[in-house]
Amino acid sequence: MKRFSAPRAHAAPPWWFTAPAMLLFAFVVLIPSARGVYYAFTDWDGLDPDFAFIGLDNFTAMADDPDALQAIWHTLLIAVAITVLQNGLGLLLALGVNTAIKSRNLLRVLLFAPAVVAQIVTAYLWRNLLGPDGAVNSLLAGLGLDSWQQNWLGDPDLALWMIVLVVVWQYAGYSMVIFIAGLQSIPKEFHEAAAIDGTGPVRRFWSVTRPLLAPALTINVMLSVIGGLKLFDQVYGMTGGGPGHATDTISTLIYKDAFTLGEFGYSIALAAVLTVIVAAISASQYTVLNRNEKAAS
Amino acid sequence: MNRYTRRTLALEMLMIAVAVAFAFPVYVLVNLAFRAPSDTSSPIAPTRSPTWGNFLQAWQEGGLGGALINSVLVTTVSVLIVLAVSSLAAYPLARSTAHWSRGAFLLIMLGLVLPFQLAALPLYQTVRDLGLLGSVWSLVLFYSGLQVPFTTFLYAGFLRALPRDFEEAATIDGCGPLTAFRYVILPMLKPITVTALVLNAVSVWNDFFTPLLYLSGSDQQTMPVAVAGFVGQFVSDWNLIFAALLISIVPVLAVYLALQRSIINGFAGGLKG
Repeated sequence: MKRFSAPRAHAAPPWWFTAPAMLLFAFVVLIPSARGVYYAFTDWDGLDPDFAFIGLDNFTAMADDPDALQAIWHTLLIAVAITVLQNGLGLLLALGVNTAIKSRNLLRVLLFAPAVVAQIVTAYLWRNLLGPDGAVNSLLAGLGLDSWQQNWLGDPDLALWMIVLVVVWQYAGYSMVIFIAGLQSIPKEFHEAAAIDGTGPVRRFWSVTRPLLAPALTINVMLSVIGGLKLFDQVYGMTGGGPGHATDTISTLIYKDAFTLGEFGYSIALAAVLTVIVAAISASQYTVLNRNEKAAS
Repeated sequence: MNRYTRRTLALEMLMIAVAVAFAFPVYVLVNLAFRAPSDTSSPIAPTRSPTWGNFLQAWQEGGLGGALINSVLVTTVSVLIVLAVSSLAAYPLARSTAHWSRGAFLLIMLGLVLPFQLAALPLYQTVRDLGLLGSVWSLVLFYSGLQVPFTTFLYAGFLRALPRDFEEAATIDGCGPLTAFRYVILPMLKPITVTALVLNAVSVWNDFFTPLLYLSGSDQQTMPVAVAGFVGQFVSDWNLIFAALLISIVPVLAVYLALQRSIINGFAGGLKG
């Protein structure tokens, strides 16, 4: 029962305002994704309108396919490695840049710059730098470290880590920028109060800065995990998934299976696995980090 | 912050050293792009007789001019569409508490979690059946839908924090909902629009996977696929390839340097929703 309330003009905007966005979203994302889930249980080849429902066959085939299992493993490994290294480095850079140094603005602009360049472009750049006669080996020779020279992308044990390294190089500045925004949102008085209490810089970081950085960390971890899980361009440009299948990820395998082998059904089943991984990780991350954030604040 | 002490100076030196290490690949890129293919000295040695030859050849043979125009076209049109439809959709989604509104919002947010790989192949078939393969308009259609969830998320978060007083006053004054949106809401959305513009433009401009699927083998290319095609064609002619890479980077870096404050703030702040 409303009583004494002033007559407020509650003109809720009409529902049809959502219609154009909904139509585009349904056409591009929703309907194709739903069809994707269905195709994952078929033997569709991408062309033939006649295809059969084959139940879980694509998924059982995947369990026996070493290339697929390896690609799933690489995808998880890359996502974890990128998340740890990119955010670790990004945090150190943020702590270094967000100080009284004179070059802080210049450094911020410079370190963030790689993040606006296309991944495929940085991938080709590094493919050359890491080649047998590339700049990295030349630099090592110049430093008298000839014995450290490697065929960085040709060695199956190293290639995956080189991809991680390049992604970290490209996006550490991105993480840094988000951490700097987090650091700047911490009131100065907190640090001053802790300093007056005689707390050292390390302790101050751990007890004052770290808990208040939780929101920035949440965003950074989300971005790097999801970016890492979907990684395609860097692998395509640097190694094409090779040598052999040493650097294939779920995304590169989806592309190869569909467009070089014509196995659309199997390829979409791989995409379905990726979807489940992304959904499960984002959901658990959201819960855990949100809890931490609440606990910290 | 604090005074500039000797320790600050040491930190400054360290950070500059780190920045130099980060910039090393860019030095090699520029160094080799200006080097004649006949010069086989070490890639890290400064090029002695720089030449524009690689750039001329890359520009002529790579179809980079056409690709640049296509990238500008695709990015401009699709980002404008996304901003228009998403801001309009976010208005009732942020304001209405009806069941349909919450349901619709959750449905759109589902799009934030779904990796596009799932939709990519069925959508490829649809685009093919519509006869749009090889046309940049297929990309405009694609990004206009793909970027809706994220952009609507940004707008809805921003709108929820805005007071309703202005639109209520407008309604009392007899404004229809569309007029109220156009003249009252939209101007207030400017800060988040800048953020959404920056984030969408960068991801559309740089996207490689979709144009790789939709434009392969056609003469319509965007910058990333044109570069990839170029690398495929000139396999190990790295001086030429580096010139092409540099040509593709320069417009992006020019815009970045001109608008660095808005761009960095967009990336840093926009994701807090």
